[in-house]
Amino acid sequence: MHEWALAEGVVKTADKFAEDQGIDEVTEVKIMIGELQQVEHDIIEFALDQLRTHRMKGAKFVIEAVPARFRCRKCAHEWQLDTGKLDDVTGEAIHFIPEMAHVYLKCPGCGSPDFEVTEGRGVWLASIKGRKKE
Amino acid sequence: MSDPRLAIIPGRFDEVKRIIAVSSGKGGVGKSMVAVALALSLRDHGHKVGLLDLDFTSPSTHVILGVEGLYPDEEKGIKPPVTHGLSYMSIVHYSTDEPVPLRGADASNAIIELLAITRWGELDHLIIDMPPGIGDATLDMIRLIPRIEFLVVTTPSRLAYESVRKLLVLLNDQGIPTIGVVENMVMEHTGYIEMETEKTGSRYLGAIDYDASVEAAIGNPEGLKKTRFYGRIEELGKKL
Repeated sequence: MHEWALAEGVVKTADKFAEDQGIDEVTEVKIMIGELQQVEHDIIEFALDQLRTHRMKGAKFVIEAVPARFRCRKCAHEWQLDTGKLDDVTGEAIHFIPEMAHVYLKCPGCGSPDFEVTEGRGVWLASIKGRKKE
Repeated sequence: MSDPRLAIIPGRFDEVKRIIAVSSGKGGVGKSMVAVALALSLRDHGHKVGLLDLDFTSPSTHVILGVEGLYPDEEKGIKPPVTHGLSYMSIVHYSTDEPVPLRGADASNAIIELLAITRWGELDHLIIDMPPGIGDATLDMIRLIPRIEFLVVTTPSRLAYESVRKLLVLLNDQGIPTIGVVENMVMEHTGYIEMETEKTGSRYLGAIDYDASVEAAIGNPEGLKKTRFYGRIEELGKKL
């Protein structure tokens, strides 16, 4: 997923969650980012800052990276991916659509494309902290 | 906590006037050909048109259009490349000509990702070439795309229609608008599909005779426009 699209989704989801919970001032948003997509943290931090809503004006965005781990469905081999070693075409395709991993990567144990991304796929909100009005 | 991608998908279609999923319960009925011809004919009538190929495991609209090597621009998300006057998105922009072996949940994730990042901008029509059946892609479209309408394609075969009927029942049951049913590749007019379609409360949009010249026009949109098939799709476009 693209950093700006990601930041937009995070801000909209966090703002809606805060609204639903009656939180008037968000103080911290914790975001987990799977390493599979090689999201540039500097860009996402900049985008989050640009897109922050009134309710989040003082919020701190905490970003935590989660390593990409895989398990082969065919031979049960488990492995971790060093995304820095991907070639440009593969890295770019997976950056936009992580499922392209099944096109370009194979199980190092048996060569199957039928594997599961057990950790480090996608982006999710881990927690939101804030204050309600007295 | 909820998936942040889902929060931005509806807004991606804010400037798209009509979103039409060309769909069928069954494969091999000519959905992709209908989708491409419809997109081209709407463009020829002065509309701004987008084409989205959602058949991730068997994409074919790029083959019909005869295009390769397209790549979207990055701009706060991605902007579809324009080819033959169509804003065009397909998984092949990323997978090239490699196989895309995806299980259901992975296919669903890939669809969500593509919908979340693609900025269509202003369009009169977005035509979506759907994969066959009532699996993940159909359920995701119903769940995620506001104002979606279905254009359903069948052949005269009872085997094809049996699956199409189930799609129509599902759409009607879920309150999803159906433009109607197109009977494609007709070699003998029996009235069977028209009668059965009307039983479901859906509109029968007409028959398209089998046209052997279509195969030779694959990869050549200008050639496709000279076929009787294309002429019938143009008439269909006027009924939308």
